[in-house]
Amino acid sequence: MTEMVYGSVPSARGEPVISKWWRTIDRWTLSSIFILFAIGILLGFAASPPLAAKNGFEPFHYVQRQMMFGTFAVLIMLVTSLMPPKWIRRLSVMGFMVAFVATLLLPYFGTDFGKGSVRWYSLGFSSIQPSEFLKPGFVVVTAWLIAASQEINGPPGKMWSFFLAVTVAILLVLQPDFGQACLIIFAWCVIYFVAGAPLTILVGMAAAMVGVGSIAYNASEHFARRIDGFLSPDIDPRTQLGYATNAIQEGGFLGVGVGEGEVKWSLPDAHTDFIIAVAAEEYGFVLVALIITIFAGIVLTSLVRLMREREAFVRLAGTGLVAMFGIQAVINMGVAVRLLPAKGMTLPFVSYGGSSLIAGGIAIGMLLAFTRTRPQKDVTDLMVGRNI
Amino acid sequence: MTDIPLRTPLRPLGRILSARAKGEDTNRIERENINKRQEGEIEQTRVRAQGRLLVLGVVFICLYFAIALRVALLSASEPTEPRSQQAGASIVAQRADIVDRRGRILATNMDTHSLYVETTHLVDPKGTAQALSKVFLDLDAKRLYSAFTGKRKFLWIKRKMSPEQMQAAHDIGDPGLRFGPREMRLYPNGRLAAHVLGGASFGREGVHAAEVVGVAGIEKTFDKRLRDPGQSGQPLELSLDLSVQAAIEQVLYGGMKLLNAKGAAAVLMEVHTGELVSLVSLPDFDPNNRPNLPTKGQAADSPLFNRAVQGVYELGSTFKIFAVAQAMELGLVAPETVVDIRGPIRWGKYRISDFHNYGKELSVEDIIIKSSNIGTARIATMIGAERQENFLGSLGFLEPIYLEMVEASGAKPLVPRHWSELSTMTISYGHGLSATPLHLATGYATIANGGIKVMPTLLHKGDPKEANRVLSENVAAASLNMLRRVVTEGTASMGEVNGYGVAGKTGTADKPGPEGNYEKEKVIATFASIFPAYDPKYVLVVSFDEAEDRTGSEPRRTAGWTAVPVTAEIISRIAPLLGLAPQIEKPFRNDITQASNN
Repeated sequence: MTEMVYGSVPSARGEPVISKWWRTIDRWTLSSIFILFAIGILLGFAASPPLAAKNGFEPFHYVQRQMMFGTFAVLIMLVTSLMPPKWIRRLSVMGFMVAFVATLLLPYFGTDFGKGSVRWYSLGFSSIQPSEFLKPGFVVVTAWLIAASQEINGPPGKMWSFFLAVTVAILLVLQPDFGQACLIIFAWCVIYFVAGAPLTILVGMAAAMVGVGSIAYNASEHFARRIDGFLSPDIDPRTQLGYATNAIQEGGFLGVGVGEGEVKWSLPDAHTDFIIAVAAEEYGFVLVALIITIFAGIVLTSLVRLMREREAFVRLAGTGLVAMFGIQAVINMGVAVRLLPAKGMTLPFVSYGGSSLIAGGIAIGMLLAFTRTRPQKDVTDLMVGRNI
Repeated sequence: MTDIPLRTPLRPLGRILSARAKGEDTNRIERENINKRQEGEIEQTRVRAQGRLLVLGVVFICLYFAIALRVALLSASEPTEPRSQQAGASIVAQRADIVDRRGRILATNMDTHSLYVETTHLVDPKGTAQALSKVFLDLDAKRLYSAFTGKRKFLWIKRKMSPEQMQAAHDIGDPGLRFGPREMRLYPNGRLAAHVLGGASFGREGVHAAEVVGVAGIEKTFDKRLRDPGQSGQPLELSLDLSVQAAIEQVLYGGMKLLNAKGAAAVLMEVHTGELVSLVSLPDFDPNNRPNLPTKGQAADSPLFNRAVQGVYELGSTFKIFAVAQAMELGLVAPETVVDIRGPIRWGKYRISDFHNYGKELSVEDIIIKSSNIGTARIATMIGAERQENFLGSLGFLEPIYLEMVEASGAKPLVPRHWSELSTMTISYGHGLSATPLHLATGYATIANGGIKVMPTLLHKGDPKEANRVLSENVAAASLNMLRRVVTEGTASMGEVNGYGVAGKTGTADKPGPEGNYEKEKVIATFASIFPAYDPKYVLVVSFDEAEDRTGSEPRRTAGWTAVPVTAEIISRIAPLLGLAPQIEKPFRNDITQASNN
């Protein structure tokens, strides 16, 4: 009767959601993320007990928290990766607005935890860094604007997104958080580049970056000290960089052994910015090489999948997300091995940090959603999943 | 499609117009058309994006590869930062030595240690603080204790310390006390040549080494050269002679004390090369423990002030010989020409008069011998302002002297803003133009070497720099003859040193007071001498600030009673050190007289 009154239950035109998800998702990236997360927990066992001891917690307090946040982040990532790009776009734009307002209000309600820059909201049991959530939202909004500008009679999205990028960057510089500001500008440049930026403008941008860098160098003592520290040929062994370099050398190719490392006791940021030094000391070059391979693998598979993508928005947003993810890893590891000047930046999914983990989960979930295999007007696309 | 056209053209126009005519919805047709055009563009942008994504991928591969390579290289290398004290850490003598013209060491390096504390490793902060305050008496136990228990993890205690102090600190036995190797600059001769050497201090400091940076004098001028690792084995050779420098400092110091002078300066220069064999300024300081810059009082009264190079003074009658030499060079006078010296000369509110009344007229030679202001002023009016200015400029009196000491460039002579006829007259006898004793020595070197301008230098190079002739040989010889007679029969009779034929000219200038007027009681007494007169090799300028000979019934301040006897004593001490043999003087005067008669 019901069927007669309400029409028949719509028979599944396509395949079930989960099965389709499994078939189209980038399984290499997905499993890589799980491996990274596992490595992060493993290193957390090594790197975080000193901090826990200092703050009066039981030794693996931070590992437990990392697991909790990690589970949450993975769930968010899986849910996000199920969404179609259009949903993601809508939710991201809303999320971006919320994060933007939250960042704006930081000077009034935020706290600096005695570290000199106001970046966090304290929630008692935990703290939130809105700029972490701002980044993926910004990428999607930028991609959306630039993709729209490529349509015939579209809005001037490039200009708008550029102003947006500058606004957000200035907001972050005022905190001050030069690292995140650079990431925002970098993401915008990558998206603009893939969207077909003329080369002259790219060169101009590079020159402008140098200019901004030198202004920051002259204007900010904090910034200048770090650059000077990087440029001086010998390092004071009692700086973080000195300890990190020493740890990598101590570790050699196979490491000094699980739990045998010393560097975590000397480095205040061993569990975040210098986690790679802990990895190198205890597990040697082997683990570092594995971590690097995983990051490179994620970036490359995602880029290859995005090459096939016909829809501009999806392509640009995916590119922005993966580039931001990849460069963050480059900067974190580059600093620890003294290829880059010191800049506080976490290693995605490996470093300890709730905001960074969850925001990373959202970003990678979005990336997975964007890189899912989609019909691209190829003949083969019509065949996939039809058991022909 | 970045530009927004002001009006979007209707496309395809034909179909839209006909549809309009039929009253159909034209939007649909337009949309259809746009979609078709977009379809073509999508593939085009995808291909372009494909290329760019490829570039992006390659960039990322390079970045990751660079990091992996760097980690691999680091892993393969041995840890260089020692956790424990490593014996014989690779600290080499970085800063080059400074030696005198005979290779004797003026400045070198010494290995020592610095003491620092890592508070996290301190076992017994209280006991350590107390023990340290007993080893280093300038440290306060309470303050140390509060520093040890404060927030800081790292504290410098001592920049450098003696081996005994280090052992005592080591014996305290606390693991938080750490030693860092240090190389310190050592001046083994103490105060000797302090102003020339300047001093050095620590620049950037690390635990295992610290930069040694020159802060003044030669150390600062040649900081780059001394720190250049490529030249660290080669010492920097100065033109100074250590033993001569020591003798002059000793005699000058004695003279300064006997004459109750505030300060003294001496410059000994080789007349042909301009090399400074000695440069003394008193009071001096110990460059091993360089005093801080004075925060109050006059900078010129600080021991750091180099009177010979930095101090600009009116050098008085020593200048007269320049006026006479120029007048002879221009052919205006000859040594025998008689000049009217009736005085005083009145010029507005100024009066130019002589120390004694020398009668109605004097020969040019006697004007120098007796040191007549009026006579010199008359000669100067013959020369004229412009020619005088040019001549003094050619002798280097109008510009700071370039010397290998950073301090020299700041000593710009004070010259009248408007070179009037009055200035011409006063400058001719050394008033109204202030210059350093080094300027004066350079000027006298020109007379001594036969008329060639020399460039003063502190480096031992061996051969003279290229130089200009300023005076003809005849004039220089005649001038030298007059200067010789100043000593034998004139104002500098106490300057005679048997066998060394001293020639020279005294100068006593009233010091300008705080309000610009001259103070009668305070003088700068200078004696510029040349020796040996029969074959001039050296110029020695000795200058005293506020010297007074109080042995007589009334204080005597003129240079003839102060600077001259001290100069004689110096020359008798240093001439043998310089390798000059004393000579019987007879042949000398005939030679010179003949030369001047040519």
